[in-house]
Amino acid sequence: MAKKTAHAETAHAHDGHPYGLTRWLFSTNHKDIGTMYLILAMIGGIVGGLLSIGMRAELMQPGMQIFNNPEMFNVFVTAHGLIMVFFMVMPSTMGGFGNWMVPLMIGAPDMAFPRMNNISFWLLAAAFTLLVTSLFVPGPPGTNGVAGGWTIYAPLSTSGTPGPAMDFGILALHLAGASSILGAINFITTIFNMRAPGMTLHKMPLFVWSVLITAFLLLLSLPVLAGAITMLLTDRNFGTAFFDSAHGGDPVLWQHLFWFFGHPEVYILIVPGFGIVSQIVATFSKKPIFGYLGMAYAMVAIGVIGFVVWAHHMYAAGINVNTQAYFVFATMVIAVPTGIKIFSWIATMWGGSLSFKAPMLWALGFIFLFTVGGVTGVVLSNAGVDRSFHDTYYVVAHFHYTMSIGALFSIFAAWYYWFPKMWGYMYNEALAKLHFWLMFIGVNVTFFPQHFLGLAGMPRRYADYPDAFAGWNMVSSIGSYISFAGLIVFFVGLIYAFSRKQHAAANPWGVGATTLEWTLPSPPPFHTWETLPRVK
Amino acid sequence: MAFFDRTLKIFASVTSLVWSTSAFAGDGQPSPWQMGFQKANSPIMEQITSFHDFVNIIIVVIALFVLGLLVYVMVRFNERRNPTPSRTTHNTPIEIAWTVIPILILVAIAIPSFRLLFAQYDFPKADLTITATGHQWYWTYDYPDHGVHFDSLMVQEADLKEGQPRLLATDHDVVVPVNKNVIVQLKSTDVIHDWAVPSFGVKLDAVPGRLQKTWFRAERTGMFYGQCSELCGRNHAFMPISVRVVTDEEFAEWLAKTKPAASIEGAGKVATAQD
Repeated sequence: MAKKTAHAETAHAHDGHPYGLTRWLFSTNHKDIGTMYLILAMIGGIVGGLLSIGMRAELMQPGMQIFNNPEMFNVFVTAHGLIMVFFMVMPSTMGGFGNWMVPLMIGAPDMAFPRMNNISFWLLAAAFTLLVTSLFVPGPPGTNGVAGGWTIYAPLSTSGTPGPAMDFGILALHLAGASSILGAINFITTIFNMRAPGMTLHKMPLFVWSVLITAFLLLLSLPVLAGAITMLLTDRNFGTAFFDSAHGGDPVLWQHLFWFFGHPEVYILIVPGFGIVSQIVATFSKKPIFGYLGMAYAMVAIGVIGFVVWAHHMYAAGINVNTQAYFVFATMVIAVPTGIKIFSWIATMWGGSLSFKAPMLWALGFIFLFTVGGVTGVVLSNAGVDRSFHDTYYVVAHFHYTMSIGALFSIFAAWYYWFPKMWGYMYNEALAKLHFWLMFIGVNVTFFPQHFLGLAGMPRRYADYPDAFAGWNMVSSIGSYISFAGLIVFFVGLIYAFSRKQHAAANPWGVGATTLEWTLPSPPPFHTWETLPRVK
Repeated sequence: MAFFDRTLKIFASVTSLVWSTSAFAGDGQPSPWQMGFQKANSPIMEQITSFHDFVNIIIVVIALFVLGLLVYVMVRFNERRNPTPSRTTHNTPIEIAWTVIPILILVAIAIPSFRLLFAQYDFPKADLTITATGHQWYWTYDYPDHGVHFDSLMVQEADLKEGQPRLLATDHDVVVPVNKNVIVQLKSTDVIHDWAVPSFGVKLDAVPGRLQKTWFRAERTGMFYGQCSELCGRNHAFMPISVRVVTDEEFAEWLAKTKPAASIEGAGKVATAQD
């Protein structure tokens, strides 16, 4: 008995929380783990962003100016995609804001499995290390790194990449996948079992709904990726021939397996953003969300249908025309619940009392620009016209509008919205607005011209292009530099707020902020909801 | 009313700017600052272009509609103009409308969409069959019915002749007769490549272990270029496709000249260069 008390006294100092290695390496606290995820996401964002600047600098003019090896350009393409998806967006939305806010919003003292939460984070840190390591070992003949795109199609990723970089990449994806699967289990258990008394599923905030749905998407899609990349590993190293047609396999099998994961993955990237936008629009309209049940079940519908549309990524692969026709139909269906959400956000604002603080600017930008990305998705869903758009910059424009604008804007929106809550300081509103406008202009100048490039026929994953494409490429590259300036302002704002230390109230947003986290101090204590709140 | 007229004028001038830039587009290759598709040189590409024009108008209207609603909401319901928010969270007629109307729009899109898709797979009787084999990093072409076989490599920048576009010109064009149904079979000897010619509306992966096929009918003579459209390694951007569409007589001449020199099995180069 005495031993136990003595141990407790050393591990927890008199202000109630652990320090040093115990606090960070062995964390069991959802807020600390959320913070670590956000830091990892920032590092991922900087590295992924620098890679994209490198690519845009090369593409600014025809000819090869920066890369003397075109394959290194494709290493940048691959690393940029993998890092932004797995080490920037996902750790921000699920690892960062999910961990921080879900327990606070449902009145739970922590996640269901606090120690497993920790291993989820450190698995991701290990995965990032392995991926970065892959950049420095041989991949394809004569080049270091993985150069197969984030989609790593076979046989380019098997016989086409003999070096160990691909195996490092596969192992990195295994760890990242495991991290997310464990995280998904944690979120599902927490949300189903640990809501405070009175908080029925139909009373929980839409952000919590979005995390719950995303957790299911992760749980069901990542094992398929794990299987596929294991088959890739054995084809590469243990003599199997899953994707080798000379020995009875089929490269197209890889595409089916990858995209069965890959399509739900893009909904994993955006659905938490939908939840974030709902919270922010309601808060800054001083009005409850319009059509709450419709919003929740629209996300469910998007998630479910998202599992049966994967082959719209394969229209040019050689699949049968009737198969293509089915996938055209199924993909178009997703536009309906998505449209319901866009109109519901507008209807929430209708009759509201809008204030345009930074979080709301990001949310408004999201609503319009995600719509632009969404409608080009409707165009691409038609296999007949995808015949022309497949593997061109039209596709690159589409997914950057939905992700580099949609998902990214939702992350910045959440950052500013929950900044005072998480850190206890107010951010500087002028810097935040400057960040928004630089990014808004930057991303549109970067990606809108890419629609034209795709229409004109410029293929993607090209280090150099025919001279006619020079004009819009120059514009696009300038846009990327403007966006990067915006990113710098983001970090300036962060440092400014942390040095100014202007203390934030429990609820800086007023009557519109009605969820439980706003009843807690800013920042909240190390342990919260040790006494459960009662929800009416 | 004046607002509406002005909006319509702006819309019309933007639309015609887009269309006019595609009218100025170089035939068979992109032109600077191009904003639309390359000029169609096949009935399928004509159909793709008109389907896209149709869907594009719909999505532009939808995006502008959403933008309009957002701007209206920001102006009319900002906290200074509307200090007391309403508590409305439901409106069943609107919710039905914004579910049903998008469905109707999607149906309107789906009908020509399926027509286009099935037209692309309605293979006509072949007048000519070609096999294109993808390699890292060049194409090999066979005309199996005529015993023609040759490789087609990108012309390096230093070797470009007058009028040859950089990164698009090859040393041996795929020569086809105008207004004839050409079936293109695709193979690969190593990784996945993709044979594409934008002005024909043709794009299909060349997958090792598979024999896939697509088709086109070129309606104008001239040079028509495409580029490999599936990441295939280091020189993915440097294995273009060049198709020279000629009259029947020119095609017969070309066959006669190419056949004897190029029919040797495994020959890497054609002895007589293209005209």
